[in-house]
Amino acid sequence: MVSRTTDDYEKLALAGCEALCEPAFWAGFDRSSTDGFFDYFRQLTEYEPKRAAKFGIKHFSWLCINPKEADDPGFAREVMSLIPQFLDRPTVLGIGEIGLNKNTRNELAIFEEHVQLALDRDLPILIHTPHLEDKLKGTRLILESLASFSKLDRGKVIIDHVEEHTIAQVLDSGYWAGMTLYPESKCTPNRAIDMLEIYGTERLWMNSACDWGHSDPLSVPRCALEMKRRQHTAEQIERVIYQNPLEFLSQSPKFSL
Amino acid sequence: MPSKQELLDLQFIDARHMLINLAAFLDRIDRHPGPDDYRFTALKNAIPILLEQGPDRAKAILESFSDQHPNIDTSAPFQGASGAARPEN
Ligand SMILES: [Zn+2]
Repeated sequence: MVSRTTDDYEKLALAGCEALCEPAFWAGFDRSSTDGFFDYFRQLTEYEPKRAAKFGIKHFSWLCINPKEADDPGFAREVMSLIPQFLDRPTVLGIGEIGLNKNTRNELAIFEEHVQLALDRDLPILIHTPHLEDKLKGTRLILESLASFSKLDRGKVIIDHVEEHTIAQVLDSGYWAGMTLYPESKCTPNRAIDMLEIYGTERLWMNSACDWGHSDPLSVPRCALEMKRRQHTAEQIERVIYQNPLEFLSQSPKFSL
Repeated sequence: MPSKQELLDLQFIDARHMLINLAAFLDRIDRHPGPDDYRFTALKNAIPILLEQGPDRAKAILESFSDQHPNIDTSAPFQGASGAARPEN
Protein backbone atom coordinates (compact mmCIF):
# COMPACT_ATOMS: atom_id res chain seq x y z
CA MET A 1 0.00 0.00 0.00
CA VAL A 2 2.07 2.86 -1.32
CA SER A 3 0.13 5.46 0.69
CA ARG A 4 0.62 3.57 3.95
CA THR A 5 3.29 2.96 6.52
CA THR A 6 4.63 -0.48 7.37
CA ASP A 7 2.71 -0.27 10.67
CA ASP A 8 -0.51 -0.53 8.68
CA TYR A 9 0.59 -3.88 7.22
CA GLU A 10 1.19 -5.07 10.77
CA LYS A 11 -2.27 -3.87 11.88
CA LEU A 12 -3.85 -5.72 8.96
CA ALA A 13 -1.96 -8.89 9.82
CA LEU A 14 -3.10 -8.61 13.44
CA ALA A 15 -6.69 -8.25 12.20
CA GLY A 16 -6.39 -11.54 10.30
CA CYS A 17 -5.78 -10.22 6.79
CA GLU A 18 -4.28 -12.93 4.55
CA ALA A 19 -4.03 -11.07 1.26
CA LEU A 20 -4.72 -7.70 -0.24
CA CYS A 21 -4.97 -6.31 -3.72
CA GLU A 22 -3.87 -2.79 -4.52
CA PRO A 23 -4.97 -0.94 -7.65
CA ALA A 24 -2.78 1.51 -9.53
CA PHE A 25 -4.26 4.86 -8.58
CA TRP A 26 -3.63 8.54 -8.07
CA ALA A 27 -0.52 9.33 -6.00
CA GLY A 28 -1.99 12.41 -4.32
CA PHE A 29 -0.37 14.52 -7.06
CA ASP A 30 -0.17 14.32 -10.86
CA ARG A 31 3.04 12.62 -12.00
CA SER A 32 5.08 14.78 -14.34
CA SER A 33 6.46 12.09 -16.62
CA THR A 34 6.02 8.51 -17.77
CA ASP A 35 9.16 7.67 -15.79
CA GLY A 36 7.16 8.41 -12.65
CA PHE A 37 4.70 5.70 -13.66
CA PHE A 38 7.45 3.25 -14.59
CA ASP A 39 8.84 3.51 -11.06
CA TYR A 40 5.33 3.34 -9.59
CA PHE A 41 4.64 0.07 -11.43
CA ARG A 42 7.95 -1.28 -10.08
CA GLN A 43 6.92 -0.22 -6.58
CA LEU A 44 3.56 -2.00 -6.94
CA THR A 45 5.02 -5.20 -8.38
CA GLU A 46 8.38 -5.48 -6.59
CA TYR A 47 8.57 -3.52 -3.36
CA GLU A 48 5.05 -3.71 -1.93
CA PRO A 49 4.79 -7.54 -2.22
CA LYS A 50 8.04 -7.78 -0.21
CA ARG A 51 6.84 -5.28 2.39
CA ALA A 52 3.55 -7.18 2.84
CA ALA A 53 5.30 -10.57 2.95
CA LYS A 54 7.15 -9.52 6.12
CA PHE A 55 3.77 -9.74 7.86
CA GLY A 56 2.57 -12.90 6.13
CA ILE A 57 0.27 -10.96 3.81
CA LYS A 58 0.14 -11.77 0.11
CA HIS A 59 0.13 -8.61 -1.98
CA PHE A 60 -1.42 -8.46 -5.46
CA SER A 61 -1.85 -5.49 -7.77
CA TRP A 62 -3.85 -4.11 -10.68
CA LEU A 63 -2.15 -1.92 -13.29
CA CYS A 64 -3.34 1.00 -15.43
CA ILE A 65 -3.18 4.76 -15.65
CA ASN A 66 -5.89 5.90 -13.27
CA PRO A 67 -8.72 8.07 -14.65
CA LYS A 68 -7.67 11.16 -12.70
CA GLU A 69 -4.44 11.31 -14.74
CA ALA A 70 -6.01 10.05 -17.99
CA ASP A 71 -7.59 13.29 -19.22
CA ASP A 72 -4.53 13.94 -21.45
CA PRO A 73 -4.85 11.08 -23.97
CA GLY A 74 -1.34 11.49 -25.42
CA PHE A 75 0.27 11.19 -22.02
CA ALA A 76 -2.10 8.40 -20.98
CA ARG A 77 -1.19 6.33 -24.05
CA GLU A 78 2.52 6.75 -23.32
CA VAL A 79 1.92 5.39 -19.82
CA MET A 80 -0.23 2.58 -21.20
CA SER A 81 2.61 1.53 -23.47
CA LEU A 82 4.63 0.70 -20.31
CA ILE A 83 1.99 -1.64 -18.88
CA PRO A 84 2.37 -4.81 -21.03
CA GLN A 85 5.93 -5.45 -19.80
CA PHE A 86 4.58 -5.61 -16.21
CA LEU A 87 1.47 -7.73 -16.84
CA ASP A 88 3.30 -11.05 -16.71
CA ARG A 89 4.77 -10.35 -13.29
CA PRO A 90 3.64 -12.96 -10.75
CA THR A 91 1.45 -10.73 -8.55
CA VAL A 92 -0.34 -8.66 -11.22
CA LEU A 93 -3.99 -9.74 -11.36
CA GLY A 94 -5.43 -7.53 -14.07
CA ILE A 95 -6.25 -4.03 -15.25
CA GLY A 96 -7.38 -1.38 -12.74
CA GLU A 97 -8.48 0.81 -11.31
CA ILE A 98 -9.63 2.23 -14.61
CA GLY A 99 -12.81 4.23 -14.97
CA LEU A 100 -13.86 7.84 -14.96
CA ASN A 101 -13.07 10.81 -12.74
CA LYS A 102 -14.70 13.93 -14.24
CA ASN A 103 -16.69 12.01 -16.87
CA THR A 104 -14.92 13.40 -19.94
CA ARG A 105 -14.63 12.03 -23.47
CA ASN A 106 -10.85 11.84 -23.03
CA GLU A 107 -11.20 9.72 -19.89
CA LEU A 108 -13.76 7.53 -21.64
CA ALA A 109 -11.43 6.89 -24.62
CA ILE A 110 -8.59 5.78 -22.32
CA PHE A 111 -11.02 3.68 -20.26
CA GLU A 112 -12.10 1.81 -23.41
CA GLU A 113 -8.50 1.24 -24.51
CA HIS A 114 -7.78 -0.33 -21.11
CA VAL A 115 -10.86 -2.57 -21.40
CA GLN A 116 -9.63 -3.72 -24.80
CA LEU A 117 -6.17 -4.43 -23.35
CA ALA A 118 -7.78 -6.59 -20.64
CA LEU A 119 -9.93 -8.39 -23.20
CA ASP A 120 -6.95 -9.07 -25.46
CA ARG A 121 -5.17 -10.76 -22.53
CA ASP A 122 -8.22 -12.26 -20.83
CA LEU A 123 -7.59 -10.35 -17.59
CA PRO A 124 -10.06 -9.36 -14.87
CA ILE A 125 -10.90 -5.66 -14.59
CA LEU A 126 -11.28 -3.39 -11.56
CA ILE A 127 -13.27 -0.22 -12.26
CA HIS A 128 -13.30 3.00 -10.25
CA THR A 129 -16.50 5.04 -10.32
CA PRO A 130 -16.19 8.77 -9.69
CA HIS A 131 -16.87 10.21 -6.26
CA LEU A 132 -19.56 12.49 -4.92
CA GLU A 133 -21.65 14.41 -7.46
CA ASP A 134 -19.94 12.73 -10.42
CA LYS A 135 -20.69 9.12 -9.43
CA LEU A 136 -24.18 8.70 -10.85
CA LYS A 137 -23.39 10.05 -14.32
CA GLY A 138 -19.99 8.32 -14.37
CA THR A 139 -21.45 4.94 -13.45
CA ARG A 140 -24.05 5.25 -16.21
CA LEU A 141 -21.38 6.19 -18.76
CA ILE A 142 -19.19 3.26 -17.69
CA LEU A 143 -22.09 0.80 -17.96
CA GLU A 144 -23.04 2.15 -21.42
CA SER A 145 -19.44 1.87 -22.56
CA LEU A 146 -18.98 -1.69 -21.22
CA ALA A 147 -22.19 -2.76 -22.98
CA SER A 148 -20.48 -2.07 -26.30
CA PHE A 149 -17.87 -4.79 -25.60
CA SER A 150 -19.80 -7.85 -26.72
CA LYS A 151 -17.03 -10.32 -25.78
CA LEU A 152 -16.70 -9.05 -22.19
CA ASP A 153 -17.31 -11.63 -19.43
CA ARG A 154 -19.17 -9.47 -16.90
CA GLY A 155 -18.33 -11.91 -14.12
CA LYS A 156 -14.66 -10.90 -14.48
CA VAL A 157 -15.39 -7.20 -13.94
CA ILE A 158 -15.83 -5.51 -10.56
CA ILE A 159 -17.27 -2.00 -10.48
CA ASP A 160 -16.05 -0.36 -7.31
CA HIS A 161 -17.21 2.40 -4.95
CA VAL A 162 -20.93 1.71 -5.50
CA GLU A 163 -23.38 3.54 -3.25
CA GLU A 164 -27.15 3.41 -2.77
CA HIS A 165 -27.85 5.23 -6.06
CA THR A 166 -25.59 3.07 -8.26
CA ILE A 167 -25.50 -0.44 -6.79
CA ALA A 168 -28.69 -1.76 -8.41
CA GLN A 169 -27.62 -0.77 -11.94
CA VAL A 170 -24.26 -2.50 -11.48
CA LEU A 171 -25.63 -5.76 -10.03
CA ASP A 172 -28.59 -5.90 -12.44
CA SER A 173 -26.14 -5.64 -15.36
CA GLY A 174 -24.32 -8.76 -14.16
CA TYR A 175 -21.10 -7.20 -12.85
CA TRP A 176 -19.53 -7.59 -9.43
CA ALA A 177 -19.94 -4.54 -7.19
CA GLY A 178 -17.49 -3.22 -4.61
CA MET A 179 -18.43 -1.06 -1.63
CA THR A 180 -15.47 1.04 -0.54
CA LEU A 181 -15.57 1.94 3.14
CA TYR A 182 -14.44 5.30 4.48
CA PRO A 183 -14.37 6.68 8.02
CA GLU A 184 -16.21 9.77 6.75
CA SER A 185 -17.43 11.55 3.58
CA LYS A 186 -18.38 8.44 1.59
CA CYS A 187 -19.79 4.93 2.22
CA THR A 188 -19.72 3.96 5.91
CA PRO A 189 -19.84 0.44 7.38
CA ASN A 190 -23.48 0.85 8.42
CA ARG A 191 -24.55 1.93 4.93
CA ALA A 192 -22.64 -0.97 3.39
CA ILE A 193 -24.42 -3.37 5.75
CA ASP A 194 -27.76 -1.83 4.74
CA MET A 195 -26.90 -2.57 1.09
CA LEU A 196 -25.92 -6.15 1.98
CA GLU A 197 -29.25 -6.62 3.76
CA ILE A 198 -31.18 -5.22 0.78
CA TYR A 199 -29.26 -6.69 -2.16
CA GLY A 200 -27.84 -9.90 -0.68
CA THR A 201 -24.28 -11.13 -0.87
CA GLU A 202 -24.14 -12.36 -4.47
CA ARG A 203 -21.35 -10.64 -6.48
CA LEU A 204 -20.82 -8.05 -3.75
CA TRP A 205 -17.73 -7.30 -1.71
CA MET A 206 -16.35 -4.61 0.57
CA ASN A 207 -12.93 -2.98 0.60
CA SER A 208 -11.13 -0.47 2.79
CA ALA A 209 -10.21 2.86 1.22
CA CYS A 210 -6.45 3.22 1.68
CA ASP A 211 -5.77 6.39 -0.23
CA TRP A 212 -4.17 9.75 0.47
CA GLY A 213 -7.30 11.15 2.06
CA HIS A 214 -8.74 10.30 5.46
CA SER A 215 -9.05 6.52 5.22
CA ASP A 216 -8.54 3.40 7.30
CA PRO A 217 -7.06 0.04 6.21
CA LEU A 218 -9.04 -1.61 9.02
CA SER A 219 -12.41 -0.51 7.62
CA VAL A 220 -13.33 -4.03 6.52
CA PRO A 221 -12.68 -5.66 9.94
CA ARG A 222 -14.50 -2.74 11.58
CA CYS A 223 -17.44 -3.40 9.28
CA ALA A 224 -17.31 -7.09 10.16
CA LEU A 225 -17.60 -6.11 13.83
CA GLU A 226 -20.56 -3.87 13.02
CA MET A 227 -22.19 -6.75 11.11
CA LYS A 228 -21.85 -8.87 14.24
CA ARG A 229 -23.47 -6.10 16.33
CA ARG A 230 -26.31 -6.09 13.80
CA GLN A 231 -26.75 -9.85 14.30
CA HIS A 232 -25.25 -11.09 11.05
CA THR A 233 -23.97 -14.62 11.52
CA ALA A 234 -20.32 -15.64 11.36
CA GLU A 235 -21.11 -17.44 8.08
CA GLN A 236 -22.66 -14.31 6.55
CA ILE A 237 -19.66 -12.22 7.58
CA GLU A 238 -17.20 -14.80 6.27
CA ARG A 239 -19.03 -14.92 2.95
CA VAL A 240 -18.71 -11.18 2.35
CA ILE A 241 -15.26 -10.43 3.68
CA TYR A 242 -13.52 -13.68 2.67
CA GLN A 243 -15.36 -16.04 0.30
CA ASN A 244 -16.58 -13.40 -2.15
CA PRO A 245 -13.18 -11.76 -2.71
CA LEU A 246 -11.68 -15.25 -2.97
CA GLU A 247 -14.24 -16.23 -5.62
CA PHE A 248 -13.72 -13.13 -7.72
CA LEU A 249 -9.94 -12.94 -7.44
CA SER A 250 -9.47 -16.66 -8.09
CA GLN A 251 -10.50 -15.94 -11.67
CA SER A 252 -6.91 -14.81 -12.06
CA PRO A 253 -4.63 -17.87 -12.25
CA LYS A 254 -2.02 -15.86 -10.35
CA PHE A 255 -4.18 -15.46 -7.25
CA SER A 256 -3.69 -17.96 -4.45
CA LEU A 257 -3.65 -17.85 -0.67
CA MET B 1 -32.28 -9.50 11.97
CA PRO B 2 -32.43 -7.04 14.89
CA SER B 3 -35.76 -5.45 15.86
CA LYS B 4 -36.45 -1.72 15.60
CA GLN B 5 -35.86 -1.45 19.35
CA GLU B 6 -32.54 -3.25 19.17
CA LEU B 7 -31.34 -1.02 16.31
CA LEU B 8 -32.47 2.08 18.19
CA ASP B 9 -30.55 0.87 21.24
CA LEU B 10 -27.49 0.56 19.03
CA GLN B 11 -27.76 3.67 16.88
CA PHE B 12 -30.28 6.25 18.14
CA ILE B 13 -27.74 8.36 20.00
CA ASP B 14 -25.52 8.44 16.92
CA ALA B 15 -28.40 9.47 14.61
CA ARG B 16 -29.49 12.14 17.10
CA HIS B 17 -25.92 13.41 17.25
CA MET B 18 -25.71 13.64 13.43
CA LEU B 19 -29.02 15.52 13.21
CA ILE B 20 -28.04 18.07 15.86
CA ASN B 21 -24.70 18.53 14.11
CA LEU B 22 -26.54 19.25 10.85
CA ALA B 23 -28.86 21.75 12.58
CA ALA B 24 -25.87 23.50 14.13
CA PHE B 25 -24.16 23.60 10.72
CA LEU B 26 -27.20 25.29 9.15
CA ASP B 27 -27.24 27.84 11.99
CA ARG B 28 -23.49 28.43 11.59
CA ILE B 29 -23.66 29.09 7.85
CA ASP B 30 -26.64 31.46 8.33
CA ARG B 31 -24.77 33.35 11.04
CA HIS B 32 -21.66 33.99 8.96
CA PRO B 33 -21.25 36.56 6.18
CA GLY B 34 -20.89 35.83 2.45
CA PRO B 35 -22.92 35.23 -0.71
CA ASP B 36 -25.23 32.28 -1.33
CA ASP B 37 -23.47 29.08 -2.31
CA TYR B 38 -24.77 26.25 -4.52
CA ARG B 39 -23.59 23.64 -2.00
CA PHE B 40 -25.68 25.13 0.81
CA THR B 41 -28.68 25.33 -1.53
CA ALA B 42 -28.18 21.68 -2.49
CA LEU B 43 -28.02 20.69 1.17
CA LYS B 44 -31.25 22.50 2.02
CA ASN B 45 -32.96 21.01 -1.06
CA ALA B 46 -32.05 17.52 0.19
CA ILE B 47 -33.38 17.94 3.72
CA PRO B 48 -37.12 17.52 2.90
CA ILE B 49 -36.27 14.06 1.48
CA LEU B 50 -35.59 12.97 5.07
CA LEU B 51 -39.29 13.25 5.87
CA GLU B 52 -40.52 11.34 2.83
CA GLN B 53 -41.93 7.86 3.41
CA GLY B 54 -40.36 4.93 1.59
CA PRO B 55 -37.24 2.79 1.60
CA ASP B 56 -34.97 4.88 -0.65
CA ARG B 57 -34.20 8.12 1.20
CA ALA B 58 -30.41 7.66 1.09
CA LYS B 59 -30.59 6.94 -2.65
CA ALA B 60 -32.83 9.96 -3.26
CA ILE B 61 -30.49 12.27 -1.34
CA LEU B 62 -27.47 10.98 -3.27
CA GLU B 63 -29.36 11.57 -6.53
CA SER B 64 -30.29 15.08 -5.44
CA PHE B 65 -26.59 15.95 -5.06
CA SER B 66 -25.65 14.31 -8.39
CA ASP B 67 -24.61 15.99 -11.61
CA GLN B 68 -27.57 15.28 -13.90
CA HIS B 69 -26.42 17.38 -16.87
CA PRO B 70 -26.38 15.27 -20.06
CA ASN B 71 -23.41 17.08 -21.66
CA ILE B 72 -20.01 15.36 -21.76
CA ASP B 73 -16.96 17.63 -21.99
CA THR B 74 -13.95 16.54 -24.03
CA SER B 75 -11.62 17.52 -21.19
CA ALA B 76 -12.35 18.42 -17.57
CA PRO B 77 -12.86 22.17 -17.04
CA PHE B 78 -11.72 21.66 -13.43
CA GLN B 79 -10.55 18.79 -11.24
CA GLY B 80 -11.98 17.65 -7.94
CA ALA B 81 -15.52 17.24 -6.69
CA SER B 82 -17.36 19.39 -4.15
CA GLY B 83 -20.22 17.04 -3.28
CA ALA B 84 -22.94 19.00 -5.10
CA ALA B 85 -23.41 19.63 -8.81
CA ARG B 86 -22.34 23.12 -9.89
CA PRO B 87 -25.29 25.02 -11.34
CA GLU B 88 -23.27 26.33 -14.32
CA ASN B 89 -22.28 22.84 -15.48
ZN1 LIG C 1 -11.09 4.32 -6.90
